[in-house]
Amino acid sequence: MDASAISSPQAYMRLQARWRPVELAFWLATLLPFWLTPDYLVLASQIAITALFALSLDLILGYAGIVSLGHAAFFGLGAYTAGLIAKYGWGEPVTGLIAATLVAGIVGYAASLIVSRFRHLALIMITLGMGLLLAEAANSASWLTGGADGLQGVKIWPVFNVFSFDLYGYVAYSYALIVLFLVFLLARRIINSPFGLSLRGIRENAVRVPALGAPSRAHLRKIYTIAAAIAGIAGALLAQTTETVSLEALGFQRSADVLVILILGGAGRLYGGLIGAIIFMVARDQFSGNTPQFWYFWIGALLVAVVMFLPNGILGGFAKLASRWSKVF
Amino acid sequence: MIGVLFDGFAYGMLLFLLSVGLSVTLGMMNFVNLAHCAFAMIGGYVTVTLMNQWHWPFLATLPLAFLGPALVSVVFERALYRRLYGASDLDQVLLTIGLAFVSVAVAAYLYGTIQQPVRMPDYLRGSVTALGLTFGAYRLFLIIMALGITLLLAGALEYTRFGAQVRAAVDNQRMARGLGINVDAAFAITFALGSGLAGLGGALAIEIVGLDPSFAFTYLIYVLIVVSVGGLGSIGGSFVAASLIGISDVAGKYYVPGLGAFLIYLVMIALLMWRPAGLFGRR
Amino acid sequence: MRTLLAGLGGLAAAFLATAPAGAQDTIKIGLILPYSGQFADTGNQLDNAIKLYVKQHGDTVAGKKLEFIRKDVGGIAPDTAKRLAQELVVRDKVDILAGFVLTPNALAAGDISEQAKKFMVVMNAATSIITTKSQYMIRTSLTTPQLNDSLGHWAYKNGVRKVYTMASDFGPGIDAEGAFTRAFKEAGGEIIGSVKMPVANPDFSAFVQRAKDLNPESIYIWVPGGAQPAALGKTLAERGIDPKKVKVLAQGELTEDQALKSMGEAALGIITAFHYDPTHDSALNKKFVKDYNEAYGRNPDIFSIGGWDGIHAIYEALKKTGGKTDGETLVAAAKGMAWESPRGPISIDPDTRDIIQTVYIRRVEKVGDKIQNVEFDKIENVKDPVKAKMKTN
Repeated sequence: MDASAISSPQAYMRLQARWRPVELAFWLATLLPFWLTPDYLVLASQIAITALFALSLDLILGYAGIVSLGHAAFFGLGAYTAGLIAKYGWGEPVTGLIAATLVAGIVGYAASLIVSRFRHLALIMITLGMGLLLAEAANSASWLTGGADGLQGVKIWPVFNVFSFDLYGYVAYSYALIVLFLVFLLARRIINSPFGLSLRGIRENAVRVPALGAPSRAHLRKIYTIAAAIAGIAGALLAQTTETVSLEALGFQRSADVLVILILGGAGRLYGGLIGAIIFMVARDQFSGNTPQFWYFWIGALLVAVVMFLPNGILGGFAKLASRWSKVF
Repeated sequence: MIGVLFDGFAYGMLLFLLSVGLSVTLGMMNFVNLAHCAFAMIGGYVTVTLMNQWHWPFLATLPLAFLGPALVSVVFERALYRRLYGASDLDQVLLTIGLAFVSVAVAAYLYGTIQQPVRMPDYLRGSVTALGLTFGAYRLFLIIMALGITLLLAGALEYTRFGAQVRAAVDNQRMARGLGINVDAAFAITFALGSGLAGLGGALAIEIVGLDPSFAFTYLIYVLIVVSVGGLGSIGGSFVAASLIGISDVAGKYYVPGLGAFLIYLVMIALLMWRPAGLFGRR
Repeated sequence: MRTLLAGLGGLAAAFLATAPAGAQDTIKIGLILPYSGQFADTGNQLDNAIKLYVKQHGDTVAGKKLEFIRKDVGGIAPDTAKRLAQELVVRDKVDILAGFVLTPNALAAGDISEQAKKFMVVMNAATSIITTKSQYMIRTSLTTPQLNDSLGHWAYKNGVRKVYTMASDFGPGIDAEGAFTRAFKEAGGEIIGSVKMPVANPDFSAFVQRAKDLNPESIYIWVPGGAQPAALGKTLAERGIDPKKVKVLAQGELTEDQALKSMGEAALGIITAFHYDPTHDSALNKKFVKDYNEAYGRNPDIFSIGGWDGIHAIYEALKKTGGKTDGETLVAAAKGMAWESPRGPISIDPDTRDIIQTVYIRRVEKVGDKIQNVEFDKIENVKDPVKAKMKTN
């Protein structure tokens, strides 16, 4: 896209915010599993949930440059909130979702007060430490969380009192997909706003941004809180669609996995997390049947390959291909 | 009380051995090598193989536990790491995590996922009584080894030409190059040294914490804690941080066991908030 | 759109209700086990025993061929376990769900077993409440309270009066220590102190020192298998706690093969309660151990025996039902089944569908030049005490 087409910053943002045909195709494709692969709907719902989680990480990592190794803390908080509310009698899913979002957002805000002050290795370690602390606390508070056995007795009522969660997963996937799409629209709005633009500025050069008049720390706190809330939504979705919550929802493994997923797909492109989630979870599912011992080997090799040859993830690779293509034609 | 200090210090020394290599390479080359503990794991498996299959005495395996990972690291450095020296933190993190995954899978394939049993020679088992207190013999050995290595390292850095070159490269890479110092060679050698030390640490750790393929990740967290708290590039920093963490961990568990695992993370967060660049860090 | 979805949902439900109870000539068994990750070894041992059994008994039962579909759950991942169970039922149309090394996974899959009315055999997971999740579920491994409750009572009966307890601070550890403490106190004993140790715990020295400070006559220990038993055993030796003088009581994981190899003589004298040991002196077990070694080059362990008896239960139940595979018939056939296992006599409790077995009390001794667990006492026909109490309340 050459510079002459952009007449003003507002025009640039309008251009960015337009829906491209590829995006429409992508969202239409997400409806395919209902017809093509109805036996895989539960997997599809879990991919949608993971995609949402990866999207939340993209907001802070891809756009604001905050590397977090403890993001699962918010996922787990959302999951346990939704699970506990249902366990103690209120199984309505949508209100449970809202409650989980609020809890995750509030804790996210509190954490952002610390997180926004640090960078580089200190930031990574602090987010790691906070995540580990929460995991330990959840383990100790087994009277509340069910400890290592997980939360028992979570019963979710039908969505809007009509759609009960069936064994095949039709309702689970529909529910997760709709929530994913709505939140995605929200994230897209945020990214294509002046706020989103300043985040990218902060990522590139945090020191200079205040000189441009943008309060960098306040912005970081805002986006961190939003990302935490979205992660909480993803966690709540998992708790509601599977009716189980256990400690690994806030564990280090989950934080590490989502980081790998985001980088695989390409951070900072909004769709990277979604693509990464699809690839990662489908691959893992395939491996779980055949040669599970080699899962680690292949994911490791894939990571090395992506970093060496596709530094912007798979979407970055496509973008490069696309721009080369457009130069040819 | 002395017993707790002793045990904590010994544990800290183990962490130090595992971490010092990472601290130097991070500080010097700014390269986040999360495969560091995979090198430690390799060292551990070298010792286990030599002891269980070829019946080498424990002490004799240690030099090879050092050399093996050092050589492997040279290969990695030449082939992969070199290209990413200028890349972003995240890319380095992911590359090295990918390598760690691969090494875990390979270890699982070659050795299986079971714990590797290891029998120390008798003079390293049991305890030693001195001054009316009992000290674990193996822990005493650990402390002596770690102190010895620290002295060697500090001495090498301070008093040898190579050490001076390394220090120069850590302080200001561009300047060092400008002065004609072969920074690339210095990097490669330091990297090999750091990985070798990790391997040695891994071999020494088996007796205290056991060895299986997940070692590459289990101890990564502790190593990262030591390195970030101690400050990148500082051997003294790693030493102090490791001792601090080892002692506070053991003391915490002894005096306030309810806090158990919390303490180590709380200490880390508090120290990092106070000094984000680490206790002896540069930035 | 809404009606479409509701309609689809209804169709799906209708499909499920009228689905045939498994293909006519094949019986499909879905195995959910951790084949990768830190529990991979346990998953492999369990599966090896199943493979050995099938090899020895053929893969045809009641005129139908058995087909195994294996899925890796990767570790503690109840959402994955639930999804795998659901996919096995819905996509692969399995008749029986089996495996389950880890409790959270078994609990999650139990929901699917109940919802889809599928026979489920838990071959390792040891928390009491698991079998309450589905009325089509049986267990062929053990329950943690079975072992620890028995140990608590036995300890008192054999002269132990004061115990200091050390247990890992997570689900199974808390359960085990709780069961032991309850039973021991009930019998009249006194717990002089206790300490909980974090799960991710490389270094035990502080905890052992705390124990030593109180100079106990007896210490009860619970740590998860893997690296910790050997590490703890060595720390005990280092700090001068000699199991020959201080009674060290534990669940059998502390003195498993690998741990004994590492601990060596430091382990002599440790008393453990367990339901299976490869050195168990019966002709059936000797043959089992020999065959297992020939096939896999190592000894079977508790995971193997859970798998072995689990697949045996499946075979026998199928024989009894003549090949009928719906959940109700199979579980009815399994209830009350009793047989001789390489571990000793076992049976499935018709009330709770849980396992009833003999708990052996063993001591680590030197036999010839090998260090191993020697059974010297036993408590027979132990039911799960937690569920037994639940019933009387």
